[in-house]
Amino acid sequence: MSDASDAGATGDEKPFRVVLAKLGLDGHDRGLKVVARMLRDGGLEVIYLGLRQTTEQVIAAVEQEDADAIGISMLNGGHLALSKKMIDALNDADVGVPLIVGGIVPEGDVEKLQELGVAAILGPGSSSEDCVQAVREAVAASA
Amino acid sequence: MKNGLRGLSVAEVFERAQGGDRRAIGRLLSIAERGGPDGLALGELAHPQIGKAHVVGITGAPGAGKSTLTGRLAATLTASGRNVAVLAIDPSSPVTGGAILGDRIRMDVLNYGTGTFIRSMATRGQGGGLAVAVPAAIRVLDAVGFDIVIVETVGVGQIEVDIAGTADTTAIVVTPGWGDAVQANKAGLLELADVFVVNKADRPGATDSRRDLELMLDLSDTSQWRPEITLTIGTDDDVATNGVDNLIAELARHRTFLEGEGRLAERRRRRAQHELRVRAGDSLLSRLAKHLQSESGAAIVDAMATGQTTPSAALAALLDEL
Ligand SMILES: Nc1nc2c(ncn2[C@@H]2O[C@H](COP(=O)(O)OP(=O)(O)O)[C@@H](O)[C@H]2O)c(=O)[nH]1
Repeated sequence: MSDASDAGATGDEKPFRVVLAKLGLDGHDRGLKVVARMLRDGGLEVIYLGLRQTTEQVIAAVEQEDADAIGISMLNGGHLALSKKMIDALNDADVGVPLIVGGIVPEGDVEKLQELGVAAILGPGSSSEDCVQAVREAVAASA
Repeated sequence: MKNGLRGLSVAEVFERAQGGDRRAIGRLLSIAERGGPDGLALGELAHPQIGKAHVVGITGAPGAGKSTLTGRLAATLTASGRNVAVLAIDPSSPVTGGAILGDRIRMDVLNYGTGTFIRSMATRGQGGGLAVAVPAAIRVLDAVGFDIVIVETVGVGQIEVDIAGTADTTAIVVTPGWGDAVQANKAGLLELADVFVVNKADRPGATDSRRDLELMLDLSDTSQWRPEITLTIGTDDDVATNGVDNLIAELARHRTFLEGEGRLAERRRRRAQHELRVRAGDSLLSRLAKHLQSESGAAIVDAMATGQTTPSAALAALLDEL
């Protein structure tokens, strides 16, 4: 017998899995839903956590879902603090999964986020290709 | 490699998973889903340890409140000291292969920090893949020590119905209103059901739905097992009124029923047969596809295409060569 697979007889590459969440207390998830759809249309599996997530919830989801990357959107102006909180939590938990931040990030903060260890930053005008590309590159770089 | 499991063998990850390491369990499920040599090794490790978990399937139409109810059920079971895992299955886009897995939204609120383990799984294309991956994932969860595994699927296509059939106990969730029960009947869900739930019982018409289901049951053979129809309100956090305790009791009653007179063994035998049939089909199909690409396979195709042989003769020749 040539078939040695125990599951998924197709033998296709497994799609990347991304946990998508919004940190902080603000109210709407329209943007996050748009990103979720773009990633799905790019062939990714999106584990959608939605609004008002804590870093602990995100990490629990990443562990249980064995995610390849994390996409976080956050309150305008909260990027630096929340990104740092997320990165610290990931480091504390020894979770080496790349973090991608989406939203409006002022020019001057981009470098700061990168220094914190954020793998990619996606602005509001990002296309589906941009998002998918960012995930692929971030996963490849962390491998 | 990511997150602390770097460089570990499948056996080492398995050992950690049995010790309750969530990340290790998460990784094992990916391995089970992906298959290949690692999946095979995992299957060997898991196999001797299975058979203890009660596998509960929850299915029904989109919007019936399955995720909400599953989250509530899992939280209630966990609170009573049970070790619960949820496998939430959602369709992949047939076009892009991507998926949005949104069940955690409704489940996390109740279960975060409680110990319930939740895993989302995409169907990843049609055909037998899912019918193989889901039982493999269930075996992993069973083997690492969960005593209840809840598998939530949308009951629309044959595949989803098949998945529901991989459970020891299958619960069908309908909502108040005739349409739903009729829909469920048409989809063949009713025959599959061991347990009936009318969710959204806070809405008008719940007792009518119960009566309709009772009438349908009256027309079926219930000499061995007659489901009690449970009314639930998934969005209600009060155990005194949400009906979840009744559902838990009904699931337990069915489990006890199965344990009698070798029924569980018979059910698992049927499941094994089904899984084997699906896998045999997959395996034969892929060998067939490969053979059609080969020289002798192409010759058979050509002979048929040019009218030298009939399709039946071509088929016989092909099967001969396999
Ligand atoms: N009124 C009412 N709404 C409910 C109940 N259970 C779930 N829902 C709502 O029904 C909608 C669909 O629920 P969801 O769990 O996503 O359904 P699924 O598609 O079957 O998984 C959500 O808005 C829920 O809040 C219930 O018992 N009563």
